[in-house]
Amino acid sequence: MRRARDLVELLGPLGLLVVVGVVGSLGFVSPARQTEVVSALVSVAIVVSLYVFVGNSGVVSFGHISFVAVGAFAAGVMTVPVALKPTITPGLFSVLAKHSLGNVPSLALAAAVGGAFALLVGIPLMRLSGLAASIATFAVLGVTHNILGNWTKIGPGALTLTTVPQTTGLLQGTIGAVGVAGLAFAYQRSRYGRRLRAAREDPAAARAAGIDIHRERLWAFALSGTLCGFAGGLFVHQAGTLQASDVYLDLTFLTLAMLVVGGVGSLWGAVVGALVVSGLDSFLLDAENGDVGFVNSLLGKPLWGGSRLVGVALFMAIVLVLRPEGLTRGREFRLPRLPRARRLLRGSPA
Amino acid sequence: MTLASTTTQVQTLLDATALGSIYGLMAIGIGLVFGVLRLVNFAYGQLIMAGAYALALTQDWSIIASIALCFAVVLGLSLAMEFAAFRPLRRASPTTMLVATFAISYLLQSIALVRFGAIGKIVVVIPGLTQPVTIGGLHVRWITVVTILVAAGVFVALTLFLRRTSIGLQMRAASIDSDTARLLGVRANAVITVAVLVSGAIAALVAVILPMAVPERILVTPDYALRETIIVLVGVVVGGIDRLLSATLGGFAMGFLVGTLSGFLPSSGSWPFTSSVYLDSAVFVLVILVLLLRPEGLFTRSRRSAVERV
Repeated sequence: MRRARDLVELLGPLGLLVVVGVVGSLGFVSPARQTEVVSALVSVAIVVSLYVFVGNSGVVSFGHISFVAVGAFAAGVMTVPVALKPTITPGLFSVLAKHSLGNVPSLALAAAVGGAFALLVGIPLMRLSGLAASIATFAVLGVTHNILGNWTKIGPGALTLTTVPQTTGLLQGTIGAVGVAGLAFAYQRSRYGRRLRAAREDPAAARAAGIDIHRERLWAFALSGTLCGFAGGLFVHQAGTLQASDVYLDLTFLTLAMLVVGGVGSLWGAVVGALVVSGLDSFLLDAENGDVGFVNSLLGKPLWGGSRLVGVALFMAIVLVLRPEGLTRGREFRLPRLPRARRLLRGSPA
Repeated sequence: MTLASTTTQVQTLLDATALGSIYGLMAIGIGLVFGVLRLVNFAYGQLIMAGAYALALTQDWSIIASIALCFAVVLGLSLAMEFAAFRPLRRASPTTMLVATFAISYLLQSIALVRFGAIGKIVVVIPGLTQPVTIGGLHVRWITVVTILVAAGVFVALTLFLRRTSIGLQMRAASIDSDTARLLGVRANAVITVAVLVSGAIAALVAVILPMAVPERILVTPDYALRETIIVLVGVVVGGIDRLLSATLGGFAMGFLVGTLSGFLPSSGSWPFTSSVYLDSAVFVLVILVLLLRPEGLFTRSRRSAVERV
């Protein structure tokens, strides 16, 4: 019985992601909407990576977008064709300027850079907890953004990185999101994940039971940073261009809000939150462009410009106020029980 | 060292003190609400933004009327936030509350963006105050002096309010232990409303001062005061968010640090931390170091519990 439930908990989110990917690839979906589906999948990858640390440890990190940022810049800078580098990133270290990588190696590089950075930062920072931890992780984001946005030896500096190959399509987006979610599930079911969750629920009891909270948090932080770096690679390969401000405050806010809206405590919540908020965002964007029939007939015109921004923020604020535990209330995916099944199960120990 | 460079340095320090005073004021506003609500209000900057828009859109009114409108708008918005968001979230986890104020901040920014556009509007509040005055070879703008005096005045007044009035006493009691305070007859909602209003009044004050005191803040944009809020929030935690004095000192220290560093760092350099371009990095690295050494706050007395609760 438990095995079956575990399987359902895993297959729920993964299945949903595959369905989203497959539906996106159907013939009637316009290319513009396909792009929206891919970017929703990339958001899922980022939010689930964030969830691996925040959800399991209970410590809010405002710094995870820095791992997305270094991953995105690493993958981006290393896939710009060598011939174009002198014009796009003129100040680059010569090692970086003279080499380029293929698509898959660049994603691996992004994951490695993100993980290494998270490990390095995590060793001192994971000693902190509560607000001090949140602010310290935010400070990391500030430093990362400032350096990536100015230092021309490792990237474009204040300019925009362009001509990055756009390899993240539906296929890679789906595989990426499913892979990240699968790893997240494997981690939270592993002994490391369970120890960290125990520490989240009751630090004193966990410590008394012999759990080294600092070490468990550090593992989660490093894994989460690795996944974030990878997701950053997907991100840059979807957009094709990258600026330091693309991976800063707005993305931090958006991904954290997606996670909290879905429900911080569960993988299902992370996936649902990312998909629902991305879905609403795309819907409002289409409605602004006049592509949604019933909105046009209801208002007599397309939705007024800018309502997308206001709408998404309003939705998140309302969900947080009315349902602070998130849409899934932090629970994993469960199949709704049928009435008959319940009668059959009664009496037998579940 | 020549006399001229000494005066420049004194001027830099004076400007840094003024910037620190503004950040200190914001830290008081954020710290007050945190004290009674345990809520880090990320949307505090958007209160200032709303006030600054109120000033910018009423440039042809008389100064008094314009400032009065600014206070009315900010106080109204503070109350709206308290009733629509903070009150329903009283029992929510700190994370949820913080992310909710993120959402509110984002909501107000996007409303401003849709309503007023991304192009900034110029605010001139009291033109006379931005004129320079020469005191013993120093060229100081009036607003620099006024800012420092106002911040000191607000801090003294607030200290008196917290120590000498009944509601101030209740506020202090609620911030130390809100449950016990309620058992002893402190009306939680009344205390919180007063704290939110005082905090809003300080935001309005900052909205009046900021455009005059910081030259690049003369343009009001949807993300107005966002950078300041972030730095102040960091400063408040670094200083020690549990007490108003330590929070205020933390905010002041951040402003002073930013002000002096931007005054003294050279303006160009190709490696990180060598020029004022990397000011933010320098500040944030210092923040991380302080947090690692004194996680409970730089200006608090150390009292660490055996097990840190998350």
